Amino acid sequence: MPWDWVWGFAGGLMIGLAASIYLLMNGRVMGISGIFGGLLDGTGWSTWAERLIFVSGLIAIPAALAYLFPPATTHITTNWLVIIAGGLLVGVGTRLANGCTSGHGVCGISRLSLRGIVATVFYILAGGITMALLRHVLGVI
Amino acid sequence: MQKLFYGFLAGGLFGAGLLLSGMTDTTKVQGWLDVFGDWDPTLALVMGGAILPMAVAWRIAARRKTSYLGLPLPEAPKREVGPNLVIGSVLFGMGWALAGLCPGPSLASISFGGWGGVIFLIAMSAGMLAAPAIRARIDAGTAVKD
Repeated sequence: MPWDWVWGFAGGLMIGLAASIYLLMNGRVMGISGIFGGLLDGTGWSTWAERLIFVSGLIAIPAALAYLFPPATTHITTNWLVIIAGGLLVGVGTRLANGCTSGHGVCGISRLSLRGIVATVFYILAGGITMALLRHVLGVI
Repeated sequence: MQKLFYGFLAGGLFGAGLLLSGMTDTTKVQGWLDVFGDWDPTLALVMGGAILPMAVAWRIAARRKTSYLGLPLPEAPKREVGPNLVIGSVLFGMGWALAGLCPGPSLASISFGGWGGVIFLIAMSAGMLAAPAIRARIDAGTAVKD
């Protein structure tokens, strides 16, 4: 079995443990688009401190780990048009759908939420079709 | 104060999990979506690994009135599947394939993702701020007219 799969599963367990702590301690659903989006647009300013501290941990701990165990890289494309289009679509889409991979995917599916399951099916299907078209038909990404 | 400590712990552990699992690497996310290319199943293992403990956590939460810190627990999930959920998820999936990042990994990788990561985060934030106006258009367009 490839080591990537082992690290993937181990990292997944950590993500699930993080979501469990956030639920059972803070009573919150760990959805990043909601936590971060609420800080941006003001809808979450009444709970700004716990949102900001969560985002701080999410940024600071990987920063420390990347510093201690280099190299860490995202291999993101150098095509800025693709990055900007991707960012805009992810931003609009996750706020329209009220959730992303963490909220709908991890937290929604694990409680058998219909909305979480439907959202996950649609974003994976749309992602797969986009990848097929842009990589194998048009050769853009 | 305790909830701030656990908030930081959850955020940090989430970020560490994303880094360890390889989900801050855009090529692994795009590899998962690339069914017709060099398909990479890692993301499914990450999802499965994350859903397992969380399924237990939801069962524990269901038997409790409040969280362990005495805070209110989330309400039962909404059930309506409307146009915003479907259209939003489709747009998100398209962007996810284009850049290979979603909101969690984009924040977790901002310290080492270079200018590409910064541009993505700015564009994602702009998209988030534009969403309410687009939602209003969708609601107006799909409202049942009598």
